[in-house]
Amino acid sequence: MNIENNSEYVSPYIPNTNLDRQKMLEIIGVKRIDDLFKDIPSDYLNPNLNLAEPMSEFELKKYIDAICSMNIVPGEYSSFLGAGSYQHHIPSIVNQLSTRSEYMTSYTPYQPEVSQGTLQTEYEFQSLCCLLTNMEVANAGMYDGSTALAEAALMSARINKKNKIAILDTVSPTYIEILKTYTQYQGISIYIVNENEINLEEDTTCLIVQNPNFYGNIDDMKQFAKIAHQNEALLISYTDAMSLGMFIPPGDYDADIAVSEGQTMGVPTSFGGPYVGIFTCKKKYIRQMPGRIVGKTIDTKGNTAYVLTLQTREQHIRRENATSNICTSVALIALMSTIYMASLGKKGIKHIAELCYQKAHYASELIKKIPGYSLLSDNIFFREFTIICPRSPKEINKILLKEKIIGGLDISNKIKNGMLLSFTEVNSKEDIDNLIKTLSKIK
Amino acid sequence: MNIEINNIDRKLLMDRSSPGRIGATLPPLDVPKQKLPPNNYLRDNIDLPELSESELVRYFSKLSQFNFSIDHNFYPLGSCTMKYNPKINDEIASMKGLSNLHPLQDESTIQGALKLMFELQESLCEITGMDNISLAPMAGADGELAGMLMTKAYHLSNKNPQRKKILIPDSAHGTNPASAAMAGFEVITLPSDPKGNADIEALKSSVDETLAGLMITLPSTLGLFDTNILDVCKIVHNAGGIVYGDGANLNSLLGRVKLGELGFDIIHSNLHKTFTQPHGGGGPGAGPVIIKKFLSDYLPSPIVKYNQKTNYYSLYSPINTIGKMGAFHGNFGALVRAYSYIKTLGGSGINQISQNAVINANYIRTQLKDYFTLPFDRTCMHEVVLSAKDYKQKYNISALDIAKRLIDYGIHPPTMYFPLIIDEALLIEPTETESKDTLDYFIEVMKTISKEAKDNPELLHNAPHNTPNTRVDEALAARNPNLRWTSSNI
Repeated sequence: MNIENNSEYVSPYIPNTNLDRQKMLEIIGVKRIDDLFKDIPSDYLNPNLNLAEPMSEFELKKYIDAICSMNIVPGEYSSFLGAGSYQHHIPSIVNQLSTRSEYMTSYTPYQPEVSQGTLQTEYEFQSLCCLLTNMEVANAGMYDGSTALAEAALMSARINKKNKIAILDTVSPTYIEILKTYTQYQGISIYIVNENEINLEEDTTCLIVQNPNFYGNIDDMKQFAKIAHQNEALLISYTDAMSLGMFIPPGDYDADIAVSEGQTMGVPTSFGGPYVGIFTCKKKYIRQMPGRIVGKTIDTKGNTAYVLTLQTREQHIRRENATSNICTSVALIALMSTIYMASLGKKGIKHIAELCYQKAHYASELIKKIPGYSLLSDNIFFREFTIICPRSPKEINKILLKEKIIGGLDISNKIKNGMLLSFTEVNSKEDIDNLIKTLSKIK
Repeated sequence: MNIEINNIDRKLLMDRSSPGRIGATLPPLDVPKQKLPPNNYLRDNIDLPELSESELVRYFSKLSQFNFSIDHNFYPLGSCTMKYNPKINDEIASMKGLSNLHPLQDESTIQGALKLMFELQESLCEITGMDNISLAPMAGADGELAGMLMTKAYHLSNKNPQRKKILIPDSAHGTNPASAAMAGFEVITLPSDPKGNADIEALKSSVDETLAGLMITLPSTLGLFDTNILDVCKIVHNAGGIVYGDGANLNSLLGRVKLGELGFDIIHSNLHKTFTQPHGGGGPGAGPVIIKKFLSDYLPSPIVKYNQKTNYYSLYSPINTIGKMGAFHGNFGALVRAYSYIKTLGGSGINQISQNAVINANYIRTQLKDYFTLPFDRTCMHEVVLSAKDYKQKYNISALDIAKRLIDYGIHPPTMYFPLIIDEALLIEPTETESKDTLDYFIEVMKTISKEAKDNPELLHNAPHNTPNTRVDEALAARNPNLRWTSSNI
């Protein structure tokens, strides 16, 4: 083949040559490749495929560079967006270890003899999730925090056979949407209750609360647990996993099911996914849990082994009667979180949580002094808080962008001129001061 | 595998922990110290491990070696499409201009990400012959759920609440009935005929005004292209039902046939199978739901649209959307990898995938059919199902024994005992990324095992022999669940 005549494309991912294929077809006993596709109605065989020509790795990287240059990237700009996805520094070992091909290119560990790496790390994930939340048991992860919450509500309905979900009006509107998606045809209704006057209807299966709530406030969770339990409903809490480095965990306020978004623990924001939903509950409910669960056992020689367990809950065995349809989940992302939690450890998680808290409070003290700006409430908060701006957050964010600042989330559809700001350890004092300075100029 | 696992390797993070160690460097506080909240809100202790970075690297590196993986082993896991995952895709997905994007950024600041998603939407529609798509579902089962919710919403909005029945062939993945049930449907199992196709007579007698749709995998999990597929679609459509295609086996159809042209109304594609998002030991994946135009208004949100006049990409939510499948826009990292894969191969490369996958599977089929039972003696697509029932009968050797013995030869077992309708099933999918040499080795090994089954059955009963664990006690794990570290666990 000369350089001009590139008519026959050779894929770098297909090792067999024309000669190999010829030999194989002979052994199979057919003449042409199309003879293997005779079951396909001939009118439909080999349709035109209107796709671009192949790109070399060199060309592709240039092409992607051009795509990236169409984005404004947090890191190059300082960013104060949060609302369920948080930017953190991720230690090098998280990426280095989790991208080892042994972890990255293996399948769901159905064959425990050749999957102890995945299985033991998943058991570690479950253990660390329990320690972080002070809950009794955890599964090996859900798609993300929001679907973990929806699955928690479905699990609650299975446990107490009631069909109304009560959800506080301070829970993220996005999570309420996802809850609606997953429950819409299951004979379950959802009603929204005001945080200050909670009256649970009869047949309420669970009360769902978010802590810190969507607006950033830390609530008195013990009181919510009491109300739920007095009404024979379960308490389902959705917590910001990083807040648990400082604030009391769901296990301490008697939550029945506690879920979180694990992204904040070692996972890039990656435009919204893949993330990992942390799913924990009281031990008595394990047989109603969704998702993969890894258990410790022994092999025929009596040696320790880990294995996927309680599989009779799952779709490949129970089919339409399974606790969930979930199959492929997010094992690799759970591994990233596991390595992150182990690397930061007891001292580090607390330290990062406190940095988030300190920076957010430093900023809030300054913002409330700017004429025209105020805080939505004087409640306790962790790393996010809502401010009321002198004009529409949309306009303000436009001006901030010119100063290389990605402002907070515009929540003016909920709170007039409301903006939700988020702070983590990556927001330096200089960045925060620059934000304050720019906001001060906008009247 | 020949790697010994010892007690030290089994020591868990918390048991390795020593007070005072840390595995990360911590940035200092650079703002004036703020007042802490009252003590009753604060936790007094958080029990997490304390380990140095070097210890962590040793621990997780060592543990990784106890896994089989595509990069190390032939992995012919049927219906899972364990093919080579190109490295360039990972590199591109981890570029800061993509991986650092926040999902809630203003549209004007994420035009590149949206362009990428839009082009992926277009490519997947083109490849499958469908009209519209949502990239939101986060795995195959999530795509199925989205498709079933759309089916429900469609019938309800057409004032057909009585359409409550979903037909699912007996060879289907377990996720199909589970997803249909989550969308509030009643599941009716459809038998297969003796050729491995859907039983047309049974189908005809199951369709009535309560039919909501059919969920069918093409090619089926038996590795067979259903030769009645055009009739199947016609019967379901004539009865007012929706034809749903599980795209798990799409790898065998790329460039050969478009599901949309055959009559499918909704399909999902497992990007972690066909489009090489690495499996990661059980995810993440992505399961875009791809549909015909008449269902566009029900798609899960968000969808990327492009305005050619203004050259601007934006996210939108269809008017009758079934809702959001997850907090943001789907598993973007997986979408980037699929995009990179399609860009690398282009039309010419995509076109070659199915041909090579199907040659490889038929090569295995023709060479092993005299050694194992071939339940359906016809040309297969990308995978072949063999049965070990004769070995079970004659030598008390099960599919499990054969699968476990393969491990001793460095080969990951095929899918076992699935599809459920085949006794002692071994479902073998070699994929297009394996060479003839690898297949020849596999075929030789299977022949050797066949001989061992007769001559030395104990060798198979006790397999695998050189793995970190011998066969594990699954019953014990389920009876007495130990699901986490506790301080008394040692």
